[in-house]
Amino acid sequence: MAEKEGKIKLLGCWASPFSRRVEMALKLKGIPYEYLEEALPNKSPLLLELNPIHKKVPVLVHNDKILPESHLILEYIDQTWSNNPILPQDPYEKAMARFWAKFIDEQILTVGFRSLVKAEKGREVAIEEAREKFAFLEKEVTGKDFFGGKTIGFVDMVAGSIIPFCLARLWEGMIIDVIPEDEFPELNRWIKNLKDIDCVRECIPHREKQIEHMMKVSERYKLA
Amino acid sequence: MVDEVILLDYWPGMFGVRTRIALEEKNIKFDYREQDLCNKSALLLEMNPVHKKIPVLIHNGKPVCESLIQVEYIDETWPMEYPLLPSDPYQRAHARFWGDFIDKMLPGLGKLMWGAKGVEQELGKKEFIEMLKTVEFELGDKTYFGGETFGYVDIALIGFYGWFDAFEKYGNFSIEAECPTIIAWAKRCVKRDSVAKSLPDSEKVIELIPELKKKKRVE
Repeated sequence: MAEKEGKIKLLGCWASPFSRRVEMALKLKGIPYEYLEEALPNKSPLLLELNPIHKKVPVLVHNDKILPESHLILEYIDQTWSNNPILPQDPYEKAMARFWAKFIDEQILTVGFRSLVKAEKGREVAIEEAREKFAFLEKEVTGKDFFGGKTIGFVDMVAGSIIPFCLARLWEGMIIDVIPEDEFPELNRWIKNLKDIDCVRECIPHREKQIEHMMKVSERYKLA
Repeated sequence: MVDEVILLDYWPGMFGVRTRIALEEKNIKFDYREQDLCNKSALLLEMNPVHKKIPVLIHNGKPVCESLIQVEYIDETWPMEYPLLPSDPYQRAHARFWGDFIDKMLPGLGKLMWGAKGVEQELGKKEFIEMLKTVEFELGDKTYFGGETFGYVDIALIGFYGWFDAFEKYGNFSIEAECPTIIAWAKRCVKRDSVAKSLPDSEKVIELIPELKKKKRVE
């Protein structure tokens, strides 16, 4: 059994959905941690030392163990602290959770942010393509309170850090509605459910500040 | 209940090789079904509606998609046989980090070796070698990435070895000259039955490239 004792430090960024989701997991499990804010896009010597390969947040430090990559950190937290589990025990259900988490961080982020911002084929086409991908998530959460079932889990933290409080604020800044309630009733219901969960609510960045941030990030991305 | 395990795959596929190796390591009987990627089967589209891609592992009628997720699933479903991942959470995270790194970097860069020309190919080659050297540094002087036992990271990387000859021929460089430790490691892996049975024939992969280049021009 892995040691649960010892200090936890989390290197993160207030606007990063990837570090926010790690905080959700730490708060859900009641694990105290020291939070170190990275003033991105400038990268501190500490970040470069702890994550020399990707140079990104979040990075979790637990005693002498250094863990980058949010999915890996979430699974490590879940395996080390078994209260309030976020991944299912059943191997098939676990594989499905990992599949959806990968889909969200790759496909959803691409269509919800990258393709939309660049909109090479025009904004309407980009929105339609995004909706095709979101339709898979709509189906997956249908009839459930959360992706994890009755309680929030791994997929809720991955999707919940990106969709409602990051992408949605970008869309607000762009004055578009990518997942309108009449077309995506289940996803919208899930978003409302999420806001009632303490560990999620405590990790929601300030709305106006984040809209401003997402507009700056999208400008930088467009020029890149 | 007798397990029914089906694998939908394509013979040169770098990703499906991983799943095949994992199944072989665990001595799991499976029904391998070759897929025609130009004419995707109803079963493939039903079992992987999100990505419509191979490999798809179907265990007792339930699909698992994405090769590294499949490898972990196999390890967790048949834990009594040869373990592919460490049991310690931190060591597991470490292995998964490298699997993820290989996945993020290798496929795209590998494609540039045969799919690009001129400056794009040269830049791709430089990045490919840098990436492989990073992985080589992680291997160090160990027998396998996990130490003495063959496992997850080895499986994640070895699938690409069947394509190394093609990368070298079309990229006009020698991977062994740049990363001798990786090639020595690969030759060790190929001695394992599971790998020898699963890797595609390098010569046949080279013969496939002109067809792939034609398809790429059409896209």
